[in-house]
Amino acid sequence: MLLRHTPKEIKERKALTINPAKTCQPVGAMYAALGVHGCLPHSHGSQGCCSYHRSVLTRHYKDPVMAGTSSFTEGSSVFGGQANLLQALANMFTIYDPDLVAIHSTCLSETIGDDLNQIVSKAIEDGKVPEGKNVIYCNTPSYIGSHITGFSNMCTGIVKGLAKHTGEAKDQVNILPGWVEPSDMREIKRIAAEMTAKIVMYPDTSDVVDSPQTGEFQMYPDGGATVEDIASSGDSIKTLALGSWASEDAAKLLDSQFKVPYEVLDIPVGLSATDRFVEALANAAKVEVPASFVSERGRLVDVITDMSQYLYGKKVALFGDPDQLIPLTEFLLDLDMIPTHIVSGTPGKKFTKKILELCAEKAPNVNVKNGAQADIFQLHQWMKNEPVDLMLGNTYGKYIARDEDVPFVRYGFPIIDRIGHSYFPTVGYTGGIRLLEKMLGAIMDKIDRDADDTQFELVM
Amino acid sequence: MSVDKKLPDPSKLKEEILAKYPPKIARKRAKSMVINDTKLDQQIQSNVRTIPGIITQRGCTYAGCKGVVLGPTRDIINLVHGPIGCSFYAWLTRRNQTDPGPEGPDGENFINYCFSTDMQDSNIVFGGEKKLAQAIQEAYDIFKPKAIGVFSTCPVGLIGDDVHAVSREMKAKLGDCNVFGFSCEGYKGVSQSAGHHIANNQLFRHVVGNDDTKPEGKFNINLLGEYNIGGDGFEIDRIFKACGINVVCTFSGNSTMGAFEQSHMADLNLVMCHRSINYMAEMMETKFGIPWFKVNFIGGESTAKALRKIGEYYEDDDLKAKIEEVIAAELPKVEARAAEARKRTEGKLAMLFVGGSRAHHYQELFKELGMETVSAGYEFGHRDDYEGRKVLPTIKVDADSRNIEELKVEADPERFNPRASDIKLETLKEKGLEVSDYIGMKSDMADQSLIVDDITHWETEKLVDFYKPDIFCAGIKEKYVVQKSGIPLKQLHSYDYGGPYAGFEGAINFYTDIETMLSTSIWKKLKAPWLSKETDPCICAEFVA
Repeated sequence: MLLRHTPKEIKERKALTINPAKTCQPVGAMYAALGVHGCLPHSHGSQGCCSYHRSVLTRHYKDPVMAGTSSFTEGSSVFGGQANLLQALANMFTIYDPDLVAIHSTCLSETIGDDLNQIVSKAIEDGKVPEGKNVIYCNTPSYIGSHITGFSNMCTGIVKGLAKHTGEAKDQVNILPGWVEPSDMREIKRIAAEMTAKIVMYPDTSDVVDSPQTGEFQMYPDGGATVEDIASSGDSIKTLALGSWASEDAAKLLDSQFKVPYEVLDIPVGLSATDRFVEALANAAKVEVPASFVSERGRLVDVITDMSQYLYGKKVALFGDPDQLIPLTEFLLDLDMIPTHIVSGTPGKKFTKKILELCAEKAPNVNVKNGAQADIFQLHQWMKNEPVDLMLGNTYGKYIARDEDVPFVRYGFPIIDRIGHSYFPTVGYTGGIRLLEKMLGAIMDKIDRDADDTQFELVM
Repeated sequence: MSVDKKLPDPSKLKEEILAKYPPKIARKRAKSMVINDTKLDQQIQSNVRTIPGIITQRGCTYAGCKGVVLGPTRDIINLVHGPIGCSFYAWLTRRNQTDPGPEGPDGENFINYCFSTDMQDSNIVFGGEKKLAQAIQEAYDIFKPKAIGVFSTCPVGLIGDDVHAVSREMKAKLGDCNVFGFSCEGYKGVSQSAGHHIANNQLFRHVVGNDDTKPEGKFNINLLGEYNIGGDGFEIDRIFKACGINVVCTFSGNSTMGAFEQSHMADLNLVMCHRSINYMAEMMETKFGIPWFKVNFIGGESTAKALRKIGEYYEDDDLKAKIEEVIAAELPKVEARAAEARKRTEGKLAMLFVGGSRAHHYQELFKELGMETVSAGYEFGHRDDYEGRKVLPTIKVDADSRNIEELKVEADPERFNPRASDIKLETLKEKGLEVSDYIGMKSDMADQSLIVDDITHWETEKLVDFYKPDIFCAGIKEKYVVQKSGIPLKQLHSYDYGGPYAGFEGAINFYTDIETMLSTSIWKKLKAPWLSKETDPCICAEFVA
């Protein structure tokens, strides 16, 4: 057994986290910054932070993830990191020539109280930021929230640093996609294009962390939202913020700063959330939903009607991030599956409230926890007490799945032992089919494996 | 076996690289890039601060302490005191294999778990000691481990949490659990290397020497600096067992607290990764009189050589005969595989930028494949890892190194027992054993090869462009950068999830994996046919003599 020491008996913990269902803010800020074209993310802290964040993002995407670090030493921790950051900015612009640098802080620079606003102003004053280049920044203290909070903070940093209001209204809708895969961002753009809705979407990591192999390394890949497009978002008609945890703060800022009203929606995972997204986008962009979407939606519904016997009543354990787990739970309920155990390390009281609301009718006994000590050790213990038929979560779930012999579908961050998430979306109707295919595949592989010779089925 | 072609002169490359840097930085980087002249004593600047913003491979002190040295120990709970990230990122990512062996399925093994105090802002403001003590108690209550190690992350040092005091108190309170702390905050030192030193210190202070039980074997050794990545340690164990050599403790692949505690009862310390563990070898020599010498189990011939060194040390004819028997049984298979692989690898070029030993050790395997190492360097090595321990007295201790505790170790009044006389050690040295010594990477590298310490991203790009190597060895962060340039990259931290690469079986695996990488046909189809008629930049490149 891989997790042989995990007891069935649950003891309350107040201080110890075991096998977390979250990581820290800066990695989210780094990922968000990669979604701006020509941007070099910069980690203002110890070297290890940057190295760890680049490593986990690289393992997840199997693509280059470039970023700089302020390389704090004991001296800079005592005297402040200003000198390191000024030098880093000068070096990055001289050696690596990015269009912009996106700085995020770390627990180290936050604890000593480095003021990014002041340091960046000084860098500009000292001429360390070349003409026409930008520096944006955000605070990402690792001891608050989670990687999702960091993503959200960088989204806010992008708005703060780049969005403008020219007074000339633009006939376009802002979409803040939240922490989703490049495949999902590409799919959101496709959906909008198909609907003839004009959008500005950021961050946009498609064509950045799913870049093509051409034999030529591009430090700044073709993708990413451009500085110009982001600037124009202050003139848009509306903002659709996908996911309250990752996108709401940036949408609020666009509203308070530039009077761009916003609507918070779930990330369009599964049938109902996609329905809401499509309608909201059509309304905001003042376009009709094209007939092709009736077919797209119909294909997803068709798969569900075809295969529901394998899904109905099946218990599911899931862990990950709130913005994904909420629509995912709703999708499972649409499939008549039973969300049974749900954890997220990301804090926020409205998460459990929302899950309980969703599950009230069909899965009233759901175990749900988020924030402190809501970890996958807890999830595993719940699973030992009430076994499930399917588990959804990031790669770390495979240890539980193997020990408990539960069909497992990789979903969330990080997925470091399989490919696919970069290329095949799980958002939208088509993404829903992909999710279904993965879940059915896992469930049915187990049926095949466990069937005795006489009951082994050809057609399923 | 060696390639006789003269390497190209990289002087102009070096100039071009430096030209891009601001003058002050160019001056600094120039000292870390040395065109090798084996006849000269050249100084290679290393173990100095990384320049902010330069894009380095390096990580932090915490990574070196928790991730590298203590991470592979299976029956300790490694509790990280800090915000969640530090523990999360070090969770299983180094591929240290473990096997509770005779203890069976119920044997203690916490390697798959990740423990953290998940510090919150209130802990930063009001201090995290109470939460740490509570977390230790909870870990003990659930798992009843023999030991709990507490690892400090950046904010811990800054807010002044005393992890050592909390550990002491909890050790006293729990009674049957050894609790000890590490001040391995990420900002200390200049790389992972400082963390290795801190880990060595605390392991020596709190664990080594706690159990005086005599080991049962006839030839009792410790293997230092072998972390069982991809099962390397298991392969070396297999060979030792065949030779009748008893491993008391491996520092620290698949290790246990019990083995650490008893390790001072061994006759001999063998040092694999000099950089990460030489402190332990020295301290055990001073306190207990255990001699050490450098070995390398990377490469078929190196493995045979290392085994013969052990035979020389013990001066035991039976052992020597057994070792020869094992070599005779194993090495021909290795050589046959190398000969077969060489059909595809001979004359190809390799570059290695990794670690504090691997960039040196793995050159042996490439030599056995008939490949030339044109350029290499460490991520966190010191001058002695390049130039040999002979330069130790001349290394200037800077402010960053001074901040890392140097334990004052003296001979143990009762337990000091020199296992070998000075005369014997001198004789062994004359026979070519690196007794208390390491000759370093430089003297094993060809003239005109380029040595680069703490290579930057810019330098990596330029080197790839200049040498057009057939294979580049580094880590996960560099993997796809280099591959997007059309050149396969072999990860030498994680082995691209393969291995083992140590010992005889490991050499065979490595030959096969390199042969596979060099023979993979997709590299010839990177360009869309309608875009370019030029040949691809990889694989086919070779230098004109």
